[in-house]
Amino acid sequence: MSQLSSNWTFFAEHRIEILAATLDHLVLVVIAMAIAILIGVPLGMFIVQRPALRTIALGFASIFQTIPSLALFGFLIPIPFIGGIGKRTAIVALVLYALLPILRNTYVGLTGIDPAVLESAEAMGMTRAQILWRVRFPLALAVILAGIRTATIITIGVATIAAAIGAGGLGTFIFRGVALVSDALILAGAIPAALLAILADLLLGLLERRLRIS
Amino acid sequence: MNTKPLLSRKNTIEFRGVGFHINDIPARAIVSGVSLTIPHGETLVLLGRSGSGKTTLLKLINGMLLPSKGEILVQDRSTIAWDPIRLRRGIGYVIQDAGLFPHFTVAENVALVPGLEAWDPTRIASRVEEMLQLVGLDPREYAKRRPRELSGGQRQRVGVARALAADPPILLMDEPFGALDPVTRAELQREFSALARRLGKTIVFVTHDLREALLLASRIVLLEAGRIVASATPQDFLHLDHPEVRAFTASLTVSPGIPARAPQ
Repeated sequence: MSQLSSNWTFFAEHRIEILAATLDHLVLVVIAMAIAILIGVPLGMFIVQRPALRTIALGFASIFQTIPSLALFGFLIPIPFIGGIGKRTAIVALVLYALLPILRNTYVGLTGIDPAVLESAEAMGMTRAQILWRVRFPLALAVILAGIRTATIITIGVATIAAAIGAGGLGTFIFRGVALVSDALILAGAIPAALLAILADLLLGLLERRLRIS
Repeated sequence: MNTKPLLSRKNTIEFRGVGFHINDIPARAIVSGVSLTIPHGETLVLLGRSGSGKTTLLKLINGMLLPSKGEILVQDRSTIAWDPIRLRRGIGYVIQDAGLFPHFTVAENVALVPGLEAWDPTRIASRVEEMLQLVGLDPREYAKRRPRELSGGQRQRVGVARALAADPPILLMDEPFGALDPVTRAELQREFSALARRLGKTIVFVTHDLREALLLASRIVLLEAGRIVASATPQDFLHLDHPEVRAFTASLTVSPGIPARAPQ
């Protein structure tokens, strides 16, 4: 029996487990992304008018991007309340990773608007809040969504490593496969993770193009 | 529904010893010692080279900038005392790139200030139609378009329609036709000149083009390095004896027939 067909047999036999792990993975990603968006987008809107805070917020978010993901998961375990073994710690780490692209794109999107548009908005007697909600935000939406898309793809990838601290998901297969030197097990985790990433990229890309205003 | 005019009709704009300095440092004056009264219904053209302070004066009128020295009265009230939002809703504003909202349709752009003023929707709709017709755009054809689907001249027409929509008594225009090709520009200048006479609004118009100033102005005020150096009707302006005036009138003269030197 060839390697390929033996892998295939393995997938077929374990399809329920693979599906469950994929679902688990997806839940992890969706929760982390929801939190990251709820923090990143409002924070990005908040720092537009506040240069001092902007440097701190963007710097802080950048730091987490430089920490290797496995190390970040490890660092979080001993921290009270947010740490420990399991999903909660994994979600905290994933949020920290997803934050920078969302925060940065929100800021860039809101500030990268044609100055003539902003000048006339101000001159027409729009209040600051009206300019933010009716001009800046709709015009920045495509850029913000591009950040969310990048963050989602990162999170799907990084979430496989969350299995190392017992968070479950597709990483469970990969780690087990590495330990048992089983290609089939590794692929059972890696292929669905890759498919998830591609699917998310396509769907969010589609949405982004629909929102883009030239 | 808000039907009362945003500013009263009798108003003038008055500059009293106005100076504007960057970061309030007097050595970095953009505008200094400007005193100027603009009566109702006048089309005042602020003429000057780039960096002479024309745009600064314009932005001092609608409170986008506040004076470092002196004061500007709009309808007998200092721009410092005005609520900036109320002040600006009563002043139309047109700039070079039109500054239309790209995510709004033409109709939505024109409806902006009436919408902010919470006009009745049917009244807004009829006003938008009226405004588009006023600037020579067929509402049936253009109302639903986005700014990117318009030519530069059409965009500028929408810009004028938007500025006039809430019927403000004052209109500020910052080189509104500056980015257009010469033919379209001449066309819009002629139409706007007729429109301005019809509307009877107080218009402050910034340009560096003497030809445009002569065509549109009831009075031309010439700025040089942030100071007013001349103020005259278009008829008198050409005969003023001031070096900066002569520099501008010289720009009008075309000297044809100078043979180009043959390439060596």
